Amino acid sequence: MSARYLDLLLTFFRIGLFTIGGGYAMIPLIQQKVVDEKHWVSEPELMDLMAVAQSCPGIFAINISIFIGYKTRGVRGAVLSTIGTALPSFLIILAVALFFQHFRDNEYVARAFRGIRPAVVALIAAPVFKMAKTAKVSLRTVWIPVVAALLIWLLRVNPVYIIILAGVGGYVYGRLEEGRP
Amino acid sequence: MTCLLIQLFLTFFVIGLFGFGGGYAMISLIQQKVVTAHAWMTMGQFTDIVAISQMTPGPIGINSATYVGYTSLVNAGYPHWAAVLGSLTATTAVILPSFILMLIISRFLMRYKSHPAIESVFQGLRPAVVGLLLAASLCLMTGENFGTWRESPWQLLISIAIFLFTFLSQRVYKLNPIFLIILSAIVGVILL
Repeated sequence: MSARYLDLLLTFFRIGLFTIGGGYAMIPLIQQKVVDEKHWVSEPELMDLMAVAQSCPGIFAINISIFIGYKTRGVRGAVLSTIGTALPSFLIILAVALFFQHFRDNEYVARAFRGIRPAVVALIAAPVFKMAKTAKVSLRTVWIPVVAALLIWLLRVNPVYIIILAGVGGYVYGRLEEGRP
Repeated sequence: MTCLLIQLFLTFFVIGLFGFGGGYAMISLIQQKVVTAHAWMTMGQFTDIVAISQMTPGPIGINSATYVGYTSLVNAGYPHWAAVLGSLTATTAVILPSFILMLIISRFLMRYKSHPAIESVFQGLRPAVVGLLLAASLCLMTGENFGTWRESPWQLLISIAIFLFTFLSQRVYKLNPIFLIILSAIVGVILL
């Protein structure tokens, strides 16, 4: 296995290991490791990828891993990045099922997670501004992310509809701009 | 056993294929198939699995597939080594549909990325993705995650402090997120 393959596997193993509390928790980890450090994908690419991964069926975190693995090292890369992301879950859950049936009732584990949860929320919130810059969100377009967030948060609109709407909107806007002399 | 493994595979393949909208949406689908349709486990067992899947690292979909695969075989009276096969089967099956689909989409995207129509679609998508990320953090700001003023004011205060500290260290000082997670776990053990 070439160094690059092993690197993919280990990088996504690390990311899988610290993706706590839902797929979006992996975004800051990917930003730090895959975008800033390894340059496997660019920030705009990551954002496009988030839209695609969210509108595809399956697990968000896995979908993102598949794309990045594929882009870096083809189908084999996709297999390795996927295994890397899934493996920590797999091993930890098996360990819990085999040895720590009472894991849930452990006072220290509960306390640690009470500390981790607000940190994870902060880690998900932190890239919002940086991504807004990457998306070239201006005063004229700031309503788009705000309305999207409010629709999902308050009205529980399925994010897939937001993505479809935004994609169609972007397409129509692009055509109109093109038609303009 | 082969029969149960095949059933597990097919069930989780379908869940992977139709599980839109993230881990929590997937959980209700798993519950419907595993508890209601197949009766592989009781509702109580399933609730425990969901709780542990949320508490352990890793995507919730993978965690619950692994755990459900394991529990289904143990409940059917098979030994632990066989139950590991159940985990492997369910996890592989839940990943497989999106794996195939994402490969096709990735190939397509990388080929036509610079096409003007695709480009303008993504121009529209990017601001919305910022909104998705914002929504993801807003949806997580719940009493369950932060504590409430009424029942656990101490936890709420510490949570807010952890939130602000993590947010600023990440935004301004670009500290390693993994380091910040470990740090907040330690703070939790000591103070919460």
